[in-house]
Amino acid sequence: MTFQTHTGNRGLVLEEKLIFEQGEPGRSGVDLPDPAPVKSRLGGLARDENSEIGLPGLSEPQVVRHFTRLSQKNFGIDSGFFPLGSCTMKHNPRLNEKVARLPGIADLHPMQPESTVQGALELIDQCAHWLMVLTGMPAVAMSPASGAQGELCGMMAIRAALDARGENRRRVLVPESAHGTNPATAAACGFTVDSIPATEDGRVDLAAFEAKLGDDVAGIMLTNPNTCGLFERDVRKIADLVHAAGGYFYCDGANFNAIVGRVRPADLGIDAMHINLHKTFSTPHGGGGPGSGPVVFSDALAPFAPIPYVVKTEDGFHLVETAEEKDGKKPFGRLKGFHGQMGMFVRALSYMKSHGADGLRQASGDAVLNANYLLARLKTKLSVAFPGYCMHEALFDDDFLKGTGVSTLDLAKAIIDEGFHPMTMYFPLVVHGALLIEPTETETKESIDQFCDAVLSLVAKAEAGDSEFFKNAPYLTPRRRLDETAAARKPILRWSPSNA
Amino acid sequence: MRYLPLTQADRASMLETIGAGSVDELYSDVPEGALLKEPVDLPHHQGEMQVERDMAQLAAKNMGTASAPSFLGAGAYRHHIPATVDYIIQRGEFLTAYTPYQPEIAQGTLQYLFEFQTQVASITEMDVANASMWDGATSCAEAVLMACRATRRKKAVLSGGLHPHYREVTETYCQYSDTEVAGRDGHPEHQATADELDDLIDDQTACVVVQYPDVFGRLADHTKLAEACHAKGALLVVVFTEAVAFGAIKSPGSFGADIVCGEGQSIGNALGYGGPYVGLFATTSKLVRQMPGRLCGETVDQDGKRGFVLTLSTREQHIRREKATSNICTNSGLCSLAFTVHMSLLGEDGYRKLAAINHERAVTTADALDAVDCVEVVNDSFFNEFTVKLSKPAAEVVEALVARGILAGVPLSRLYPNRDDLGQYMLVAVTETNTDDDIAALAAALKEVLA
Repeated sequence: MTFQTHTGNRGLVLEEKLIFEQGEPGRSGVDLPDPAPVKSRLGGLARDENSEIGLPGLSEPQVVRHFTRLSQKNFGIDSGFFPLGSCTMKHNPRLNEKVARLPGIADLHPMQPESTVQGALELIDQCAHWLMVLTGMPAVAMSPASGAQGELCGMMAIRAALDARGENRRRVLVPESAHGTNPATAAACGFTVDSIPATEDGRVDLAAFEAKLGDDVAGIMLTNPNTCGLFERDVRKIADLVHAAGGYFYCDGANFNAIVGRVRPADLGIDAMHINLHKTFSTPHGGGGPGSGPVVFSDALAPFAPIPYVVKTEDGFHLVETAEEKDGKKPFGRLKGFHGQMGMFVRALSYMKSHGADGLRQASGDAVLNANYLLARLKTKLSVAFPGYCMHEALFDDDFLKGTGVSTLDLAKAIIDEGFHPMTMYFPLVVHGALLIEPTETETKESIDQFCDAVLSLVAKAEAGDSEFFKNAPYLTPRRRLDETAAARKPILRWSPSNA
Repeated sequence: MRYLPLTQADRASMLETIGAGSVDELYSDVPEGALLKEPVDLPHHQGEMQVERDMAQLAAKNMGTASAPSFLGAGAYRHHIPATVDYIIQRGEFLTAYTPYQPEIAQGTLQYLFEFQTQVASITEMDVANASMWDGATSCAEAVLMACRATRRKKAVLSGGLHPHYREVTETYCQYSDTEVAGRDGHPEHQATADELDDLIDDQTACVVVQYPDVFGRLADHTKLAEACHAKGALLVVVFTEAVAFGAIKSPGSFGADIVCGEGQSIGNALGYGGPYVGLFATTSKLVRQMPGRLCGETVDQDGKRGFVLTLSTREQHIRREKATSNICTNSGLCSLAFTVHMSLLGEDGYRKLAAINHERAVTTADALDAVDCVEVVNDSFFNEFTVKLSKPAAEVVEALVARGILAGVPLSRLYPNRDDLGQYMLVAVTETNTDDDIAALAAALKEVLA
């Protein structure tokens, strides 16, 4: 690009300084009344009025403009096709946002007396009911703040159950293709991680798994559908074997979207599974959170679920906040302050009610149909990682790029210029140069076709030998390829006048 | 189904391209008998109007803090949120984006994270802050684990002034990592001084954790405690639940804290019945590689222009797996945006003024309550929350005030169900949202109920 503007702006994409490089002392974007004069009771710990904290002063219109300009440098699911495998970037209905902001929900304090929050407790109970019916499981812990904390919840329940049995089992089996959170979580519960290899067809190697079983095995952490986008055909055998060996079956439910309303995890023999409400039930990803990761439990693990939890009594709904209220429960502790991600329960329940039992079944079917359609269209040029049908995401390796001088990363960056968010790259690690593509159920056939046409045209361009073009992509973004190595070598993690 | 765009004709033509006879055929890897043939036993889909009506009915069964004088705190605070905050966080490009793994098309998210990190570091007077944790309690637990990693020691000393939920979460996180959690019970009328914790610090102590202001609302200078920690090779962790406070009180960094963590809900985030909230986490440059969670860093692009990326990810779970500093993956991205927007609106003057108003409202309330017979304000010092001792069990008094349309404070029995000695104490939190009428109503109602 030789065309230059004086300002550095590019049409609607405007350059924007940091807020710390704008503003004037004495300016503010809020109008607050002057406090009445009172005798301070700060115990002699008042902050020095003459020493700056370092917050710039901006008016409200400056702030609105600043963040609006920043927003224009972001790609979201509202902006376009976002086929990020394993992340399930589906439509985020605005009805969910509206109901989450209702008075009587958004303005509730977590420590209000129970008599004043019966509707909130009923809402949590309803959300829990939907999750239990959809998974076929008898219990659910609603409080985990995210999928990763859901894993922690499930694995801590397993650890507590083993401790209650007086067994010192410390080895957890984790497939090579697992999300990095799985081994990190197991380690946080004092377990050691033992990897299970994958077979030629992208699933857990049953023989290798069986060979690893022993009386020191606490359990298995398996993602199903797995991170290769495939259903683990032997899942019931895996469940039976781990149970026979005295261990538990933790299922990473990140890919529940593919089977919701069609397969109940309880029917597969799992003991615990987290559900990412931001994936399967459409709560927005928010540029990295907040998430929410309720965990469903089998009868064996249900007593160990953490506090708090909601119970229905003759007098209404009751929130159990202490481990002392017996009723047969042996909670392993508390995972976060207060009661969980209420704001996410509202959105997920609104989504579930909107779909209903019929719509959720249709949604998972359409997600799988879209992924297989995309797989069928792209496999004419791209190399499929594993044969057969996929679930809600399609996995390719980089064989098709061999000899072109173009890498998976280069291709992904070129896809950005075509107006799409790239697929997930280099994950799962079991496949060389992986490209994991997940269209989700909320995409039209037309948008999938447009994406496939664009990818196929880029592959043709790569095959034609224009690797230089790819090395320099993207061309049209607010920033071109960023130097991540430099960022890590000499980290600049905050603004300061000296590095301005 | 309004969210599903495929038509029957689309589905038929797509199946033809795939070469499959039906959608069920795509599920052929599912074991025999596990594939449901019919929808599960739940209601069928509803239109937007009906769902909205259902949810509004649930909401109407609650008594919201916006519709009553409310003095609830204990780790979550009702503040006014400027309309601009909610408008910005609902912009689709922020709301519906993913973790910024493709920095070229995520500069919006990355830049605000960098601004957020700078704001958090500034108000706490620490060198660096991360791009947020899930909430204050999990932030506290991660701080303790980090202190153990950094010092290679196994003992954490928790002050009795620490919020009980924070203590419980920390104990839960530590229970399987052979970290020993020690400490003493707190009491609103027995000030936990540096000396009280001093004798618990030994050469096995990784950190001492104090809350500031503490759970009973009290303020204490922790300079000496920091010195005592450092003399024995331990770290000082300072926890907070009210981020507005640092506009009025000395920062934890000025005491010599090594890790500062807490709850950011107060700035820009709704009460929302307890979540989602935003955990803040800051530390010294020396300890940055021990930090849990995401960090955003400044760099340049291939044209030499300033840009931002996620960085130092070699500490994280997706690279280091079982050797990662933490298993945290998703953070509280959008809540940190709300924090950043609100803090940008406030600015230096607004932040200090907001804090001053909170303190003034609290002093005014404390004076009004002290004038009521059978109510005693026990704090010498406080920011916007303090403890009162009542002549009757606080939980009963709170229920009686609900009947009068007032959401009074949090009875300590709610936080400490096993402590009979705390039954008559109540935490009262006051913010800029509390009017003179609210304060008068609370005092009058207490007078009536305690008479």
